Amino acid sequence: MASFRLIVNGQPKVVAVDPATPLLWVLREELKMTGTKYGCGIAACGACTVHLDGIATRSCVVPISLVAARPILTIEAMAEDPVGRVVQDAWVEHDVVQCGYCQSGQIMSTVALLKAMPQPADSDIEESMGGNLCRCATYVRIRAAIRSASQQLEEHKRR
Amino acid sequence: MSASTSAANELLLDRRTFVRVSATLAGGLMVSLHLDLPLLAQEANQAGSGSKVYPPNAFVEIRADGKIVIQVNRLEFGQGIQTALPMLLAEEMDADWSQVIAELAPAADVYKDPIYALQMVGSSLSIANSFQQYRELGARTRAVLVAAAAQRWKVSPELCRTEAGVVHGPGGQAARYAELAEAAAKQAVPATVSLKDPSAFRLVGRRVRRLDSRSKGDGSLRFGLDLDLPGMKTAVVARPPVFGAGVKGFDDNGARRISGVHDVFEIPLIRGSGVAVVADRFWTAKQARDRLAIDWDLATVERADTARLLTRYRDLARMPGKVATSRGDKKKIDSFPASDRIVAEYDFPYLAHTPMEPLNTTVRFDGDRAEAWAGSQFQTTDQAAIAEVLGLKPEQVTFHTMMAGGGFGRRATLDSHVAREAATIAKRFRGTPVKLVWSREDDVQGGYYRPMHVHRVEIGVGPDGMPLAWRHVIVGQSITAGTAFESLEVKDGVDSTAVEGTIDTRYDIPNFHVSAHHPTVNVPVLWWRSVGHGHSAFVMETLVDELATRAQADPIAYRRKLLKADAKRLRAALDLMDEKSAAWRTTLPPGHAAGIACHEGFGTTVACAVDVSIAGGRPRIHRVTVAVDLGVAVNPLGVESQFQAGVAFGLSQLMAKGAITLKDGRVEQRNFDGYTPPYMVDAPLAVDVHIVPSGEAPSGCGEPPVPVISPAVVNALTRLTGRRYRSLPLVTV
Amino acid sequence: MGLGRTLQAASLALIACGAWAGSSSPDSAREAVGHVSAAPDSAAGLAAWQQVYSVLTSPRCINCHTATGYPQQGDDRHRHFANVVRGPDGKGVPALQCVTCHQESNADSTGVPGGRGWHLAPLSMKWQDTSDNVLSSGDVCRAITDRSKNHGLDGPALVKHHEEEPLVRWAFQPGHRIDGTPRTLPPLTHDDFVAATRTWVDAGMPCPLGR
Repeated sequence: MASFRLIVNGQPKVVAVDPATPLLWVLREELKMTGTKYGCGIAACGACTVHLDGIATRSCVVPISLVAARPILTIEAMAEDPVGRVVQDAWVEHDVVQCGYCQSGQIMSTVALLKAMPQPADSDIEESMGGNLCRCATYVRIRAAIRSASQQLEEHKRR
Repeated sequence: MSASTSAANELLLDRRTFVRVSATLAGGLMVSLHLDLPLLAQEANQAGSGSKVYPPNAFVEIRADGKIVIQVNRLEFGQGIQTALPMLLAEEMDADWSQVIAELAPAADVYKDPIYALQMVGSSLSIANSFQQYRELGARTRAVLVAAAAQRWKVSPELCRTEAGVVHGPGGQAARYAELAEAAAKQAVPATVSLKDPSAFRLVGRRVRRLDSRSKGDGSLRFGLDLDLPGMKTAVVARPPVFGAGVKGFDDNGARRISGVHDVFEIPLIRGSGVAVVADRFWTAKQARDRLAIDWDLATVERADTARLLTRYRDLARMPGKVATSRGDKKKIDSFPASDRIVAEYDFPYLAHTPMEPLNTTVRFDGDRAEAWAGSQFQTTDQAAIAEVLGLKPEQVTFHTMMAGGGFGRRATLDSHVAREAATIAKRFRGTPVKLVWSREDDVQGGYYRPMHVHRVEIGVGPDGMPLAWRHVIVGQSITAGTAFESLEVKDGVDSTAVEGTIDTRYDIPNFHVSAHHPTVNVPVLWWRSVGHGHSAFVMETLVDELATRAQADPIAYRRKLLKADAKRLRAALDLMDEKSAAWRTTLPPGHAAGIACHEGFGTTVACAVDVSIAGGRPRIHRVTVAVDLGVAVNPLGVESQFQAGVAFGLSQLMAKGAITLKDGRVEQRNFDGYTPPYMVDAPLAVDVHIVPSGEAPSGCGEPPVPVISPAVVNALTRLTGRRYRSLPLVTV
Repeated sequence: MGLGRTLQAASLALIACGAWAGSSSPDSAREAVGHVSAAPDSAAGLAAWQQVYSVLTSPRCINCHTATGYPQQGDDRHRHFANVVRGPDGKGVPALQCVTCHQESNADSTGVPGGRGWHLAPLSMKWQDTSDNVLSSGDVCRAITDRSKNHGLDGPALVKHHEEEPLVRWAFQPGHRIDGTPRTLPPLTHDDFVAATRTWVDAGMPCPLGR
């Protein structure tokens, strides 16, 4: 058990946990933030994706001891994020979700993609989203929503 | 539907079911369905108490603020019925759709499927079986609202009309539903209601976005796994490495040393036993479980082994099994020389469902009652199982239906094994909610797989290339034997879930004989989205394609010729698919091939064409054109979504690592690294969905997308490589 | 011997001299003045190279020295799961970078290896072909000594790379798998690997002819 200071969605938090506890479980069980999901625990599915210092990170495999002061952004912060909001709106517009369980991770990965590459080509989308599993397999609509969000962001820039 | 009235605001629909409208304390209107007179008797005894007891089993509540809360009697796990069923009710009620809130109903008799008498989602029949039910509920709700308005305005109800949550009177009067709710509660529920003619639909048949998108996209929606209750503990169970084994002894010293661990103890499982670890947190429980040293008694359990099973199944397939269907002369096939005979053997592995949200159930036992939470496909079954474990009556268990992260049949267990585990553990911690969680490893290794199958087919081919004899043997475990569904599904020793898709074929094949063997194997088995159709359509559609190629016929033309004349709906789907794909099918670039498949299942007919090339040793699916006849399409957007995603789900069967295998009793795969479902790169790049216009009663679309895609893709691959693919999954192409 | 071969031999000799000089300690330099220090001969150098090669082509190293657009993992060197790809700089792609999962040290509680700056070796440093066949000892040796391909590393720099580069050092402390078992180590310890590299460099970085 050790004490860790974290910065989650801009807020300072302190938790007391075993240093080996993955960030995912600190978020879900210490901070009660359940938007970030447990799908596999071995970083194979992406449902646990958060942004760690701006980098899309699979929180199920990162022990809290390795997080340090790097700011953490979760799905709960995306509605207030300029890119996150556009992506979430595109998800609703395109009726992407089915069971929805993977979609926090899909959206976090998408936001990371669009922040790094606002106009991704289809092949970029496929590579960057290629590690996010959707068991319902809503991939066709995920692609469409990403293209749409990308277009929206482009239009916002022009205004 | 004939009915009689027993009390002013009740309508007895049949011997045991009545509809009641009542006022809520908050000034709203509640329309309920009730079963069992004793409930009525209880309320009658409380009549003098001055306040009404409002039972939880309501379908519609009109709140004073105008919101309309509609209860959905089945689990929503991605298929979209949380939107589609309320659409039916809202349509007949002329509700303002923007005010509709849909909730998942808890376990209760009134929410049972009208035909199957258990609360369920499965067999793609939610819309089909609740179509009339939800429409009538909506119509009756509308009727009492109109009656209330008519009474207020002193006009005849027939002169009133309704639209978007407002009743309009003949003289320009208008009243919102919320204003009328209290008065409506006092109205007589009409004995008969007339439902709208489909031409009058304003909502049904429109592309309506689903109601749960926003909350599933912003992380606010809570699934079962996200439940957090005061004082809650989390439990994991160490289960035997070979199915059915039991604990001989265990050392929990290492486990108990971890801070936050509460208890470690053996529990019985459906078969055998395991060791439960209860802790403050999931992570703690999991770490503690990893430190358990368990001595398993493996001596008496059968060790299933994929290689040995395959040999055994292949041997069985060469022998006639229990007859599933037989028409014509079953020996006719023997008269065909080898040159006019096709003999094909297929094998299919165990498949794990692996819904995205790991299995979980939360139970709190309070001695004389209990509360449970789960995203269950069989709520009343699970409720009854929990009650049994806790020594309670089902009605003493309040069972909340949580939104589930997928299911595909995994959450529809007739033995309620997850619920039983949870209740068994919770029983030891009275007053404390215990959330039982299965890790992904538990899920991949925990059984309840789509059974392994072997098919052996012999076809006698006539001079015109049409099949003149067809002898088909299917080998696979029975899913329903020993369960409550056995009497429904097993006839003369044949489980229909193993032979569906063959015995009910719409192909006109004379001398058609299907038989089955159901070996007993020590592996628990379960449905997997599309059940028997998943493997049988693969066999039928690849063989029909092979016959077409042999006859040098176009695959669509051949199917048209082979289909029975009266297979109208399948022909309609085939024709629509042909029409919508002809242009691209005939202009494919080099290295691409088209593959065709069509199939009928769950009352729905589907036909698809796929554009496939091979890239990196895997099939690359550029486009799928799929046509479907499912009667009235309640929500065409939902149908499109189900088919676009469902075909990609269906590709699970072709994934290189898409098999559960056992070696000497142990499952060889552990997680998504070893058992890998389709990712984006494995899914089609584009899917266009076309719905055959129809006014027929609706059938489902949850499972129908799945069976057609694998044979269609493989048919295309055969055109590209010249090879036949009869062993799934496709490890190499 | 053709002109090409002559130049090659000459350049090898130059490298060898430079390496020898670079690897000398003050003591050995004093030795060199009055004594002939025993620089490893070609045979010893080739033997040392074989040792180096055995490490380079062991799974902990070769899994990131691929010829393809993806890394490998495991002792059986299968393609890394979840469709992770090389990306333009060997660091993955947005949303799926190497550091999306791999942190700066091993995460034994979750079975993910880590080291500072986790990324793939460039394609110029591939030690297998596109069918995942390990390249021959000669081919790897020539690749590793080709300064146009190896980021300009000379002999001393190669020794330093083997001694100090975090991801190289990681291979010798590769952490535990998710099932709790330790990852298989390369065939030499890190110290022996560096020593063998030194011996090889001191011998003039001889490469086996042909394969």
